[in-house]
Amino acid sequence: MTALSSRRGHAIAAILVALPMAAVLAAIAQGATGADPALWAHLREHVLAGVTVNTAVLVLGVVALALALGTSLAWLTAACDFPGRGFFAWALYLPMAMPAYVLAFVAVATLDYAGLVPTALRSWFGAGFPVPPIRSTGGVIVVLGLASYPYVYLMARGAFMTHGARVLEAAQSVGYGPWAGLLRVAVPLARPWLAGGAALVAMETLADFGAVSVFNYDTYTTSIYKAWYGLFSVETALALALLLLVFVALVLAAEQLARGRRRHTAADLGARAPVRLALTGLRGAFAFAFAGTIFAIGFVLPGIALLRWALEVAPFDLDARYVTYILRTLGLAGMAALTCLGLAVTLGYANRLSPGFVPRAASHVATLGYAVPGAVLAVGVVTALGSVDDAFRTLAGGEGLWLQGTVLALLLGYIARFLAVAYGPVQGGFARIRPALEEAARSLGLAPREILARLHLPLLGAGAGTALLLVFVDVMKEMPITLMTRPFGWDTLAVRVFEMTAEGEWERAALPALAIVVAGLLPVALLTWRMERAARAA
Amino acid sequence: MSLCSAFSGRLAAILAVAASLLAGPAQAAGEPLVVYTARKYQLVDELFQEYSRERGIEVKSVTDDGAPLIQRLTAEGANSPADLFITVDAGDLWRATQAGLLQPVKSEMLEAAIPAHLRDPQGHWFGLAVRARTIAYSTARVKPSDLSTYAALGDPRWKGKLCLRTGKAVYNQSLVAMFINDMGEEATERMVRAWIGNLAAEPFSNDTLMLKAIAAGQCDVGITNSYYLGRLQNEQKDFPVQIFWADQAGKGTHVNISGGGVTKHARNRAEAIRFLEWLASPAIQQRFAAVNFEFPANAGVDPLPEVKAWGPFKPNTVNVGFIGKTQPAAVMLIDRAGWH
Repeated sequence: MTALSSRRGHAIAAILVALPMAAVLAAIAQGATGADPALWAHLREHVLAGVTVNTAVLVLGVVALALALGTSLAWLTAACDFPGRGFFAWALYLPMAMPAYVLAFVAVATLDYAGLVPTALRSWFGAGFPVPPIRSTGGVIVVLGLASYPYVYLMARGAFMTHGARVLEAAQSVGYGPWAGLLRVAVPLARPWLAGGAALVAMETLADFGAVSVFNYDTYTTSIYKAWYGLFSVETALALALLLLVFVALVLAAEQLARGRRRHTAADLGARAPVRLALTGLRGAFAFAFAGTIFAIGFVLPGIALLRWALEVAPFDLDARYVTYILRTLGLAGMAALTCLGLAVTLGYANRLSPGFVPRAASHVATLGYAVPGAVLAVGVVTALGSVDDAFRTLAGGEGLWLQGTVLALLLGYIARFLAVAYGPVQGGFARIRPALEEAARSLGLAPREILARLHLPLLGAGAGTALLLVFVDVMKEMPITLMTRPFGWDTLAVRVFEMTAEGEWERAALPALAIVVAGLLPVALLTWRMERAARAA
Repeated sequence: MSLCSAFSGRLAAILAVAASLLAGPAQAAGEPLVVYTARKYQLVDELFQEYSRERGIEVKSVTDDGAPLIQRLTAEGANSPADLFITVDAGDLWRATQAGLLQPVKSEMLEAAIPAHLRDPQGHWFGLAVRARTIAYSTARVKPSDLSTYAALGDPRWKGKLCLRTGKAVYNQSLVAMFINDMGEEATERMVRAWIGNLAAEPFSNDTLMLKAIAAGQCDVGITNSYYLGRLQNEQKDFPVQIFWADQAGKGTHVNISGGGVTKHARNRAEAIRFLEWLASPAIQQRFAAVNFEFPANAGVDPLPEVKAWGPFKPNTVNVGFIGKTQPAAVMLIDRAGWH
């Protein structure tokens, strides 16, 4: 293969990967042209200013909290040693299995005025006992921060495990303690991975509808729903979503420019046993207490609350259908995770071997969906597939639906929404492979395909594992796309959670919610355990 | 029965279904009936199954909110597999009719069973259960004689004592829409602003939370769909919140419907109409409403005794279709008044 034709091949491959999201985008853009000017004027005058401020505050707050928690916990468990470190290193991933909307309804049901905790406090200390309101800006930031710090933790830990020992040595050699070492050496070195994690958290927060609704916290996304559900104008909703997309694309492009052509690669992958800074005495106790508190409020306590409710309703709600729900959920999540990983590797590979405008633009388009509310993407998916089905019927004759209402429609939605989640870690994985290795392989006369199979894929291990895990867990928790595009009978656990919460029956929703957490624990535990082991072996 | 034996029984059932899953689904005779429903699984599945057994046909359904189902129907167009569209709000039925997704149905049975204000005059949709949205009050701190109308909840005496669900909830939007129809935008907006001025807490994301806040003493009065209180009273007999029928001296308490219509491109039109008639029949009406503590749309059918215990009330009999028509105006009014 000549260099030129392989370049073209890479560009075409990248474009193909971006095609599903491009089709969805086109459908959204086309729908947006029908936006109602009168409604638009109303939203501009009475809604948009307020929700824009709310959204900015929320995104900044959640990203800051997730960065603070994720980075410090990753540093503690990767570069330090304290009582319980081995357990926490793994356990701190687990809140990832807890959907943000579930954490939100547990928090509000137990911590709001009428909830268990304030009620108990009032009965002990009198009716005037002040309890800070959970349904507040602070409350929603804490809940979303707890639900999303694992993204940062995962990315940061990967970086610290690679750099950790050497960074620590370097930091110690210039007399830095553990925190100074983290802030002055490790964080700057891990910046691309931290930025990747922060970007995921920011996009997830922008797109969130479930959790903010529980808090009745108005965001840009809730105003999209308002235009659609309340004002009956899906077109205006799509126009709002398009504006959000343009904004996100601009931010991402600006970030790209700011980062410039600086390339981050691991300094060295040489085998060296990790040297951890031992935190003893008070410092060890503090580290234990910090990790323990986050694990408790992010996972154990909400888990107990869910279990309590689930046991109440299980005798009449737990039926044989749950086997189907669980199998469907796991099956869809697995399919979507593998598909997204394959596409992300293709995209990363094209960008790696033939860097240039087309592959880069394709990767931006392909990964935009993560910032858009799932419901908007779902509208794009059903509309785009409607056009495809029309074309099929015209070409092949007959009637009925070809793609709409099939599992393919679901997968298309998941790809559009979650490719970013797979692409981030895969891209980070590629970045960690030193170009010198490729040059060496090329000088040995290996074809690009062989370089991918024998060099890239093995070295991508950890990044690929992260990608699989993130997409898997995200799909398990996904609601609006699943609801709107699923074929008959493809009800998942999240669908059941929706059906209960839509009726305000949070206690009954606890059963499927708990099932999501439990079913999600297995892949989270397995993959993180393998990644930990691989990191230890490296 | 102990929890333990309940579980082991369930385990056996689960294993049996797991086995049957592998064997594949049983084939039913006749064209399946396909239902898109915003009335959720736990409220409809039993009746769907029963109809399926009675008629020997498969009833296939998907659930979602009304708006996404409308969009799904729109995208599928003439090739949609759906025969019937069921919602939990008259506004969505009106909207689906406007979008040309439903077809008119002429059925003497349905017209006789369902009062005129709870169905579309052209037969595009029919109400199947009635949800009344009215005042809920703390039995510990409020006497029924303190209460009269929705508008009076804006009086200074309720300053810091009123709780409301979010204005983004469709049931509040339909309540406001009714008032726009009855007394115009200006008076309605004044009323809503007065409510907002009386709030004891930020609006709640659902009625259940709001009712619990009244019970816990965070506020004294609120506005709720009656069935949410029915559920809570069912769980806890002495739940310290009660229903007050609002506007009885005026035009009556606001009602909305859960109802359904036959889709424009239904393949199994006859079966869809037959199913609607079955759902509207007295025996089924009782259960359709009872499972959710609602009122049967069929006026000849009694609600649950617990629901009947709230006493008779005069509903506002403006056609619920007006709700849909006025809903966008209601949403804009709610935004202007700052009802989050």
